[in-house]
Amino acid sequence: MYAVRLWSVRHARGLARFYQGFEALLVKLAPLWRKLGYQRLERPFAFMERRVKGLLFDCQMCGRCVLSSTGMSCPMNCPKQLRNGPCGGVRTNGNCEVKPEMRCVWVEAFTGAERVRGGLEAIRVVQEPVDRRLVGSSAWLRVAREKNPEPVKTVEPRK
Amino acid sequence: MFEDEPVPGYPLPIRPGHTSPGRFERLLRAGAFAITAELAPPDSADPEDVYKRARVFEGYVDAINATDGSGANCHMSSLAVCALLTRIGHAPVMQISCRDRNRIAIQGDILGGAAMGVCNILCLTGDGVQAGDHPQAKPVFDLDSPALLKIARTLRDEHHFQSGRKISYAPRVFLGAAENPMVPPLALRALRLAKKVEAGAQFIQTQYCYDMERLREFMRSVEDLGLLDKVFLLIGVGPLRSAKTAEWMRKNVPGMHVPDALIKRLAGAADQVREGRNYCIELIQELRTIKGVAGVHVMAYRQEELAAQIIEHSGALAGRVPWRPAADIPDLTHRNAS
Repeated sequence: MYAVRLWSVRHARGLARFYQGFEALLVKLAPLWRKLGYQRLERPFAFMERRVKGLLFDCQMCGRCVLSSTGMSCPMNCPKQLRNGPCGGVRTNGNCEVKPEMRCVWVEAFTGAERVRGGLEAIRVVQEPVDRRLVGSSAWLRVAREKNPEPVKTVEPRK
Repeated sequence: MFEDEPVPGYPLPIRPGHTSPGRFERLLRAGAFAITAELAPPDSADPEDVYKRARVFEGYVDAINATDGSGANCHMSSLAVCALLTRIGHAPVMQISCRDRNRIAIQGDILGGAAMGVCNILCLTGDGVQAGDHPQAKPVFDLDSPALLKIARTLRDEHHFQSGRKISYAPRVFLGAAENPMVPPLALRALRLAKKVEAGAQFIQTQYCYDMERLREFMRSVEDLGLLDKVFLLIGVGPLRSAKTAEWMRKNVPGMHVPDALIKRLAGAADQVREGRNYCIELIQELRTIKGVAGVHVMAYRQEELAAQIIEHSGALAGRVPWRPAADIPDLTHRNAS
């Protein structure tokens, strides 16, 4: 919802801090997720994530969440889905070129980033284009999996 | 500057530190005040329509931009216009917009363009489809301009596609991007430029800049970020035909900022076309004095014939005559400016 989305940017600082804790927990519990099976967890996780982030950020489930780098303003709500900053078409009042009644998500992102600690550094990082195969999948599970991967079993070198 | 040109219009030897065999890069790196102009591709399949449009710029500009469905309107493709222009030795800037094609098509076009002799590529996001003549079309936007820059640079420097698959001969191109210093978030436009430079932009062509105060502010931020020796900035200029056109453009062209003072000045003039032209000349003269401005990009939409006059009167060429096809033929009938 648009109003909630704007609220989230206004409260970017708190949300970012909450997410940090949440992510640490997710990553820590990676062995548990592994045991339960990532594949089995995918659907319930994606369902939850869609509900929570959909409400707060109008999340589009791109599968590669960058909210922490965009001041809690989801760039996938940009009609051009720009992940690296605003286009040149932003209106004088800061609204979108394509949807004149909507604030430019990147104008919002910068105000959000100013509120988050380290936000202005994070927003300067060049983001890779979306891997469209990941659309609809859980970014939370992916973070846990990537940041806490299964330890590689070391094989005794043959003598 | 081009004394090592093998045959007029043919690729130049690539000097150390350069990335393309083109005249445009050579000129900028030599410190000349460069001039580019925008060619509006025709709604036609006749190559002569392209050559006719290019002819008005000959001898006045260093590179010709071929737009890629600008304003989301349908025209001849940028790749084809560039391929036609390189045939007669022109140095085109091939514009690539992310609006209409995905990464598979775009990477193919980069290779294809380079194979046809294109040395300069401008990586753009593109206007939204709502702005053009086909609002019912599907907007693609698979990439954005920094992502596109990165992919183009990877093709050139690391010789592989985004997928990692190798290519056997890299496109030797000079990479550019756009910026619009006139629209919000103003304070962060320079930061966005930094991102594009980091992603691979070597030159920048801006949107129309009519507000010099804003531009100076922007240039100061660019300098503070230490970007002036990393990227060449060409500022977008163009004549406004009348106060009414200016009003209309301000309202309907995405990213167009026209200050009230300019509209007032145009409205008060007896000959508005002339006043618009004069204002553009003054802009170019002022731009030449701003630190870090490497050239101008002339967008004389629907008044292309004015471009030559404007360039001539502004004195921006400083006595230089840019390369033109058939430079060896002395009497050029189309040189009718001034």
